[in-house]
Amino acid sequence: MYAAPMQPSEHTHLPTGFARLLLTLRKILRLLNGDTAYARYLEHWRMTHAGEGEPMSRAEFFTTETARRWNGVRRCC
Amino acid sequence: MPQQSPAHSPRLSPASLLVWITISVLGAAAFGGIALHRGETINSLWFIVAASCVYAIGYRFYSLFIATRILHLDGTRATPAERLADGRDFVPTHRWVVFGHHFAAIAGPGPLIGPTLAAQFGYLPGTLWILLGGVLGGCVQDFIVLFCSLRRNGRSLGQMARDELGPVGGLAAMLGVVMISLILIAVLGLVVVNAMKHSPWATFTVAATIPIAFFMGFWMRVLRPGQVLEATAIGIALLLLSVAGGGWIDGMPALRVWFDYDAPTLALMIIAYGFMAAVLPVWMLLAPRDYLSTFMKVGTIAALAVAILLLRPEIHMPAVTQFIDGTGPIFSGKLFPFVFITIACGAISGFHALISSGTTPKLLMNEADARMIGYGAMMMESFVAVMAMIAATVLEPGVYFAINSPAGVVGAEAAQAVATISSWGFPVTVEQMESLAREMGEVTLFARTGGAPSLAVGMAHIFSMVSSRELLSLWYHFAIMFEALFILTTLDAGTRVSRFVLQDFLGNAVPALGRTSWYPSVLFTSALVVAAWGYLLYMGTIDPLGGINSMWPLFGIANQMLAAIALCVVTTILVKSGKTRYLWVTALPLCWLLIVTTTAAFQKLFNPAPRVGFLAHARDLADKLAAGTLPPELAAQAPRLVFNDRLNAGLTLLLMCLAWILVFDMVRVCRRHWRGQVVAPSSEAPYVRSAHAAV
Repeated sequence: MYAAPMQPSEHTHLPTGFARLLLTLRKILRLLNGDTAYARYLEHWRMTHAGEGEPMSRAEFFTTETARRWNGVRRCC
Repeated sequence: MPQQSPAHSPRLSPASLLVWITISVLGAAAFGGIALHRGETINSLWFIVAASCVYAIGYRFYSLFIATRILHLDGTRATPAERLADGRDFVPTHRWVVFGHHFAAIAGPGPLIGPTLAAQFGYLPGTLWILLGGVLGGCVQDFIVLFCSLRRNGRSLGQMARDELGPVGGLAAMLGVVMISLILIAVLGLVVVNAMKHSPWATFTVAATIPIAFFMGFWMRVLRPGQVLEATAIGIALLLLSVAGGGWIDGMPALRVWFDYDAPTLALMIIAYGFMAAVLPVWMLLAPRDYLSTFMKVGTIAALAVAILLLRPEIHMPAVTQFIDGTGPIFSGKLFPFVFITIACGAISGFHALISSGTTPKLLMNEADARMIGYGAMMMESFVAVMAMIAATVLEPGVYFAINSPAGVVGAEAAQAVATISSWGFPVTVEQMESLAREMGEVTLFARTGGAPSLAVGMAHIFSMVSSRELLSLWYHFAIMFEALFILTTLDAGTRVSRFVLQDFLGNAVPALGRTSWYPSVLFTSALVVAAWGYLLYMGTIDPLGGINSMWPLFGIANQMLAAIALCVVTTILVKSGKTRYLWVTALPLCWLLIVTTTAAFQKLFNPAPRVGFLAHARDLADKLAAGTLPPELAAQAPRLVFNDRLNAGLTLLLMCLAWILVFDMVRVCRRHWRGQVVAPSSEAPYVRSAHAAV
């Protein structure tokens, strides 16, 4: 039902069966709830802003990101 | 599950033609079965089959028609997420992830509550509208709004209204957003209050979600920055613990008094909470609770779907009840137009247009995904509404009416209430209600108007078919907690949105008030917003008819008016981009919405029956007060109730004016376009080829 996860696996060995299913599930959950957002930001920063000082730290990124994401209509009835 | 569409609709092969004919026949048979069945009970499997077939056909044929013939979805066109990628707002995201975010954003308590209330007409009218209104109205609205915003760099509905129609349209759309938010928050607050009044278990569980959210916020900000998944897992474990803990507290006479309150007191607590939540930084309370509520929401909805599929419970409610004549106890008014107003979100919801523009379009990786996300996610939401209808109608109708009828209609005493309800032909006894309340761990289930408790009883009933009956009370309070959790999130988020709009507005006069980070302005504008919905909420709790009676139709009218506003904007865009021959796709749902909402608004304003018309009710109450025929406790509140009725009438009138201003503005712009006169140019962003497009 789900297409292949977007990022390459962090695990070098390939688990099989149930373990693999759990790993995929975890990866999808992390992708959905934003655990991977910081890695994505770093990647984007390196590609387009490298050489402009330092990227935000993980804690800084999370703080500004939380504030920004709630600045608008995010939930319905 | 929907698949990505091919760019052009190919001719059906004989094999797939056969499959689709089978689906159509099956769907028609299930539909016929539901509509014509006149036995004692009917199995819920019929609903699932009819719904699945309607959605499959709607998605495969109608949404493909819209995607290829009208919108010309183009997978080679770079999306805003690709062109404007900034790693934060505009992020090309996998379509299933966007689907998840979009569904989590649009699915709120509305599609659970609306169908539960509409079940007073019987299962048939509501179910028909959820299915047809969904595939022909709501899904179309969400899809086309998403598409229009996608082609306009992810602009919001208000901005699109201003760009395509002019400043009047933009202002009307913005005002509509604030009004619907305020009414929505008040009515949802009322639903939570009715579930918690004199229920220490429910009150404790709901209260416990606040420290749990604080803890999660602290975890994600200080202890382990950005670790959302583990914080959510801890939060869910604590939440389940608090459901069990509430039962323990309920059994301790010394402790339970601390959580035992009447409705007006609870309303004041929710108002205080709403103010606190609105002025605290989002990471403390709002964001962590939203993570929790999203997981609980998706998880519980999935569990309910599996349970209904596996258990296929019998529906006990008749297809149609006598209350289609307008004498219903839960809300007054005839089947037309009030079934459409009551179902609201499950079939077509104007609020979705705010998510489909602005937030979601900034994430799409491929323009062709708009069909699956816009049309598909609304189909899922509509399915949630069908499940809510099933959960409400598996109850014995007598029990359903006993839970949902306000004391002002059936009487405050249990014996009186069951006698009234039984006299309608829905037998129920005091013993039956007492033993049900005991099983659910409550003192009483009478007059818990609002949908949440009866839905929780229905869900507990379904879930307990796979577990033991001893767990019924746990399931019931789990369901109450789950609904309260995302109602509180909506309350908090809605307050903030209204505050931003208000600050933006006041900033024109006093620039300092427009600064969203200036704390005095935050406190001042939050207090104004909370006072506005808090007033409506408090009045709802002292209303002898239960408040839901007048507030839910007002909310429904507001929501459907907002949908009309969104459809006006996209219809204008279709006309201006030379698609006049396909005008009917948005114009027909728009006309229907205008007929329904205007009729409903007129009835709420001018109907001579005090049960239906706000003004008639005010007049009736004022006359009785003058004649001295009111009981003393009602007489003390009567002036406030009279004022409240007039206020509701004023709000209804204002909403109706807003929608019709947009309609006239749309007609004006379209006529100018057809006559070849100058109109505001289309704000569509020019074509840029996607880097991902195949050569």
